[in-house]
Amino acid sequence: MRLRARLPGARWLVIALPFLWLLLFFAVPFAIVLKISFAEGLIAMPPYGDLLTRTENGITISLNFQNYLYMVQDSLYVSAYLGSVKVAVVSTLLCLLIGYPMAYAISRLEPAARNVALLLVILPSWTAFLIRIYAWIGILKNNGLVNNFLQWAGLIDEPLQMLHTPLAVYVGVVYTYLPFMILPLYANLVRLDPRLEEAAFDLGARPWQVFLRITLPRTLSGIVAGSMLVMIPVIGEFVIPELLGGPDTLMIGKVLWEEFFNNRDWPVASAVAIIMLLLLIIPITIFHNYQSRELEKELA
Amino acid sequence: MRRAGRNSAFSLAMLGLGFVFLYAPIISLVVYSFNESRLVTVWAGFSTKWYGELFADRQLMDSAWVSLRVAFNTAWSAVVIGTMAAMMLVRFRRFRGKTLFGALITAPLVMPEVITGLSLLLLFVHLGELLGTPIMRGMGTIWIAHTTFATAFVTVVVASRLTEMDRSLEEAAMDLGANRVKVFFIITLPLILPALAAGWLLAFTLSLDDLVIASFVSGPASTTLPMKVFSSVRMGVSPKINALATIWIAAVSIAAIFAWRVMARGERKRRERLRGAN
Repeated sequence: MRLRARLPGARWLVIALPFLWLLLFFAVPFAIVLKISFAEGLIAMPPYGDLLTRTENGITISLNFQNYLYMVQDSLYVSAYLGSVKVAVVSTLLCLLIGYPMAYAISRLEPAARNVALLLVILPSWTAFLIRIYAWIGILKNNGLVNNFLQWAGLIDEPLQMLHTPLAVYVGVVYTYLPFMILPLYANLVRLDPRLEEAAFDLGARPWQVFLRITLPRTLSGIVAGSMLVMIPVIGEFVIPELLGGPDTLMIGKVLWEEFFNNRDWPVASAVAIIMLLLLIIPITIFHNYQSRELEKELA
Repeated sequence: MRRAGRNSAFSLAMLGLGFVFLYAPIISLVVYSFNESRLVTVWAGFSTKWYGELFADRQLMDSAWVSLRVAFNTAWSAVVIGTMAAMMLVRFRRFRGKTLFGALITAPLVMPEVITGLSLLLLFVHLGELLGTPIMRGMGTIWIAHTTFATAFVTVVVASRLTEMDRSLEEAAMDLGANRVKVFFIITLPLILPALAAGWLLAFTLSLDDLVIASFVSGPASTTLPMKVFSSVRMGVSPKINALATIWIAAVSIAAIFAWRVMARGERKRRERLRGAN
């Protein structure tokens, strides 16, 4: 080809730089996590032992499965994984229930109003995430805005305990991740031809029939993409359970953080990460397939 | 009769309630940043004293400076690498490893931050062992970590612009004998500039916002703003954080409105040009 003949260097640079960067700083680290997860914890710097030891007969590899045995033996880990999955699934459903009507409404606004509404959906996620979680502390705590209002209105005498409960975690998660649900749904809904719905109405379908048989099936890929964008990161969420949850909020991201920073047990933290990755491989693959399909659809 | 393609009262009400949910916390932050009282939720009169205290807090200001510098560097590097990655995904024909590369680009979009943070820290420790000298953890390592995940986001933004772009100009330039590098810099780059600007801003805010990854890969000498805010929020609420939040929100809103005006003007021009062509 003419271009390749003329400029092999430029093509190679454009391929090599991003490829090598992501390989070195995204893929290779996972191999190291896998390796450390089989190491023994030591009180040293770095706090883990070597897998390879040189003896007289050559090199021996010692794999330590103890870190993985912990995961099964100590019920803390199992309940933390289950807790994370539960929070992720329930908040994904909540985001869908709240986000779908919002995305639907935005897609049916006038084009100018549509852009403003989209901007309003995205804007909060550009404002510091930590600060938005902090705002909910002020709203939900015992002498916070909601309790003050309810007491002022005479509806309750004693403040309701809302902060440091599962409720607060769900509010925080849905609040943070709602825009990630709305955007892919909107992208689907806005491409939907309104004449399809119109035809169904003309043929005498009821609104819920039109929704279930026309609208919903045509937005399935948006539902899948939005759900993955919410569910996968929420499984590993640390900040929200740490700041809004209570001592009984068990989530695996928080366990990993505590193993690493409080117990300084790097091998166990690595084993926690590897199991979490195994749990996430299927959802990440689904999301990846969606992303590449979208790109190809646009290219076609 | 109900018309298709119109909003029902129900969907409009949901949209309104959704916006109340999204904006009530932000408004409460701003209002109480001007509160006289130390108690964040009891109103005791208008005051700007917390802004004074915020700027007098040396540690907080130092960490803000660290964060801004890291975010600025991250934004540039992520835009350069992300644009290359997007060109490769959209414009290059298949080559061995392209599928793997696609996976490497989408996975950071959803990867839980605790995993990314832990794995990058272990990489830096290992590289230090390989090189024989420990790698100094600090702004450099935070910059590498942030560039890695911000690149994925920039790639998505730029790739979607590249796919919807009209290719006839590029082809015309190539027919006239321009080589691919030249075509990129004089034709493609000006056309995708809005996407590059959006990607730059996105990378900047992602970096400025990150707590978890920075906590793993930073050293004792470099504390970022989110790390500082996190430790003070764990101690309890403080109106100083409200003041910081208000400044942040104001900056983001101004940038967003500015970006929106620029895009709206570009859109209008494009439409006028289309009308002129017909």
